[in-house]
Amino acid sequence: MSVVTLEIDGKVCTGVSGETVFDVAWNNGVKIPRLCHIGGLPNIGACRLCLVEVEGQKKLLPACITPVQEGMVVRTWSEKLIAHRRLIVELLFAERNHVCSVCVVNRNCELQDLAVELGLDHIRLRYQFPKLVADTSHERFGLDHNRCVLCTRCVRVCDEVEGAHTWDVSRRGALSQIIADLGEPWGESDTCTSCGKCVQVCPTGALFEKGKAVSEMRKDRGFLKYIVTAREKGQWIR
Amino acid sequence: MDPVNRKPSLATVWLGGCSGCHMSFLDLDERLIELAPLVEVKASPLTDYKDFPEVDITLVEGAVANRDHLEHIRTIRKRSKVLVSFGDCAVTGNVTGMRNAFSVPDCINRSYRDNSAVVVGIPSGNSVVPELLERAHPVHEVVDVDYYLPGCPPDGDAIHQLLVDLLNGRAPSSDGRRFG
Ligand code: SF4
Ligand code: SF4
Ligand code: SF4
Ligand code: FES
Repeated sequence: MSVVTLEIDGKVCTGVSGETVFDVAWNNGVKIPRLCHIGGLPNIGACRLCLVEVEGQKKLLPACITPVQEGMVVRTWSEKLIAHRRLIVELLFAERNHVCSVCVVNRNCELQDLAVELGLDHIRLRYQFPKLVADTSHERFGLDHNRCVLCTRCVRVCDEVEGAHTWDVSRRGALSQIIADLGEPWGESDTCTSCGKCVQVCPTGALFEKGKAVSEMRKDRGFLKYIVTAREKGQWIR
Repeated sequence: MDPVNRKPSLATVWLGGCSGCHMSFLDLDERLIELAPLVEVKASPLTDYKDFPEVDITLVEGAVANRDHLEHIRTIRKRSKVLVSFGDCAVTGNVTGMRNAFSVPDCINRSYRDNSAVVVGIPSGNSVVPELLERAHPVHEVVDVDYYLPGCPPDGDAIHQLLVDLLNGRAPSSDGRRFG
């Protein structure tokens, strides 16, 4: 474990070898946008919202899976990065049916927050309006595919933290869909322990607690930090 | 807009929406009285106009959902200097657009046959009930839009800020803006 010094947005930052650009940036107060990344789960570099410019590299690099290196010069905000991030968020809105006005997490949603942060006030792309359903077969929770952004946080938390691996992704491209077990209704899943972890890490209103009306659902991510601290440091502290 | 010689004119239009955005407009309460002397209101859902007037600023509530809306919004665009998409139905399609995952005949059947104890008539498109478009469109899918005011409905403060900015010839500020 050695200390690494690098420059992020003109600021000299220090991290530890093995850490990602994303984590070092956040630890130094530079908030890089993200969607698939959530502290405490393995990173997959899928959503590309955390793309950054690294001096000497032609390609943009996803900060959440790029390890820090001594002397790196990183830029997390530029016209080009903002344009790319906007387009990603617009694609996500256009791909499924986000009717915020009737959503459980309206005003409490990471996708909405990203749109505001990036200055979006409308979507330039044509909305796809796919015909999707909600699975409300589980006693306590629901999954509304209309609001899913396929970040797979639910898949990872269920597999890596709960150890149940109820969720996975079926099909490809725009047809991709989160499924329980081998495509069963969630309520009939043999593996789900009803722990609710997936509901809490989901950045949108796709996974929700039943009985919550419009704007009533607040996600609680505190448990993840608790478990990770316990695992890594052996300390059961909040 | 020529603030020296005449008051700027304003129109508000109601297309495929629930009128909630207009209700929120009325929520400006006493601020409406402050604004009233500063603008000339040329058209609103309560005005009985035959022909849409030439105006400086038009706020459009609602999605473009049927043939009448489509014709209307094209005229409005031509006659408005500044066109604002007013509220989520205008900006995204929102609730009005929830039918877009289904075909028009399926929607008509659902409303006029399946959910009706007595079937008295199905709108044919030739009667006073205008024909539905294949899908309900956000306004900017159909005509150019200058500014957007998201929210279902946008709150009174946001509407007030937008009007004050536009009346002063400024681009509307995005402070406190939300999306959806
Ligand atoms: S998850 Fe809900 S609040 Fe978030 S963008 Fe989608 S519809 Fe809107
Ligand atoms: S409730 Fe727990 S066990 Fe069930 S799917 Fe979600 S994370 Fe997995
Ligand atoms: S259900 Fe939620 S957590 Fe799972 S992939 Fe969709 S948006 Fe992500
Ligand atoms: S947060 Fe890095 S790719 Fe999604």
